[in-house]
Amino acid sequence: MAAQQLTGFRRADGRVGIRNHVVALPVDDLSNAAVEAIAALVPGVIALPHAYGRLQFGEDLELTFRTLIGTGANPNVAGVVVVGIEPNWTSRVVEGIAVTGKPVVGLSIERHGDLATIAAGARHAARLMQDASELQREPVERSDIMVSIKCGESDTTSGLGANPTVSEVVDRHVAAGGTVLFGETTELTGGEHLIAARCVDDDVRARFQGFFDDYFAQVEASGADLLGSQPTQGNIAGGLSTIEEKALGNISKTGSVPVVDALAPAQAPTRRGLNFMDSSSAAAEFITLVAAAGAVLHLFPTGQGNIIGHPIEPVIKLTANPVTVSTMSEHVDVDVSGLLQLDYPLAEAGDRLMAMVDRTICGRLTAAEAIGHREFVITKLYRSA
Amino acid sequence: MTDAHGEDRPERDSVDFLAHDDGDHVAVAVRDVEPGPAMVAWLSSPERRSVRVTEAVPFGHKVALADLAEGATVVEYGVAVAVATAAVPAGSLVHTHNVRSTKWQHSS
Repeated sequence: MAAQQLTGFRRADGRVGIRNHVVALPVDDLSNAAVEAIAALVPGVIALPHAYGRLQFGEDLELTFRTLIGTGANPNVAGVVVVGIEPNWTSRVVEGIAVTGKPVVGLSIERHGDLATIAAGARHAARLMQDASELQREPVERSDIMVSIKCGESDTTSGLGANPTVSEVVDRHVAAGGTVLFGETTELTGGEHLIAARCVDDDVRARFQGFFDDYFAQVEASGADLLGSQPTQGNIAGGLSTIEEKALGNISKTGSVPVVDALAPAQAPTRRGLNFMDSSSAAAEFITLVAAAGAVLHLFPTGQGNIIGHPIEPVIKLTANPVTVSTMSEHVDVDVSGLLQLDYPLAEAGDRLMAMVDRTICGRLTAAEAIGHREFVITKLYRSA
Repeated sequence: MTDAHGEDRPERDSVDFLAHDDGDHVAVAVRDVEPGPAMVAWLSSPERRSVRVTEAVPFGHKVALADLAEGATVVEYGVAVAVATAAVPAGSLVHTHNVRSTKWQHSS
């Protein structure tokens, strides 16, 4: 089978995107109304409303800045209008995105009001849309593409079929020189030793173990019974009994390649290959973090049928659960349910997913894009001041 | 066995359960399985083996492949994934009613 020539948008900083979005990015919750009005006035602009950005401090504030700047900087984005209530934090986000060399403008609402800000923002957004429309796809290499992986509403079919299918693609993508991000720190519980053993050196292993131990201690310190949360009610209904069983299924999607680095949440990787990121397993939070780190395409195996999408990072969903295929087909990009009856080998399921990866890179809309799933959720580390 | 068309077909002509690793104590139902003989296949090897199922195991749920004593470690994927909270005879359903996490200390 001749490989399809991959195409994408090479940005000023050399990174490659597979989409060409113009986004209206609020610095804070107060600015959501303005960015949504801008997106309503200028068709095609994507508003990214979120709940935070006020009175945050310390590591939590830094993570919010890293997430907002990384989202604007993501190579799937051609241009950005940033809106914040006050100018200082707005400027910080604008300057962070501008490092990439892409067009970005910032507007602050204080001393102007919403309506003047919306009018000015819509003019900028319209021009950015026109400029983006002239950018052309060009041939790109697989090694240019940063992929992220995370499963959701997993069940026992995930570990038997959909996750090992992703594993096939992870190994092939890394062998081609590409970069893959995985994470879900608590969802490694019971199999964390398997990931630690795959870390390339003691330094990476120590950082991975530190992330894991901190997250685990936080969960246990809560004193809460996590049965029903992790694993979720959906996981349990699907046959998963413990966090360890869920974790082993989770790990079964990470391929067999070494773990080259252990990253903080939303931290951009610097090493090619499979990178671990400290992160929640909540789907929208996770994909928002990896998109902020630069991932342009997400692979999402599901069992019971998670319906997640993301505004700027396309999400390919696959499942091995035939009930999910038949009842939720509008959410499923790749059906690998034949694996449960051993109808075809795992490598063939990997071929099917790889083909969908290539088509999606080249512009095919995912199921989540087609029906408009745009979950964007900032990870909050602790209460605001 | 007679199918919906009233024609005889071979019993258990395909797989009822899949197990991940050679030494696993449990296997996952890939269809709703009723009590009686059932076929287990392994992802790790070409081995197939019959197991006598003693209670209904819904699609996606697990059956015990061996007798597990209360307090015994339950192995799946070749790794400890749970501890039995009651005696679990081979052929019975394995889920949250008779196994629990060894990691989440506050879990019931």
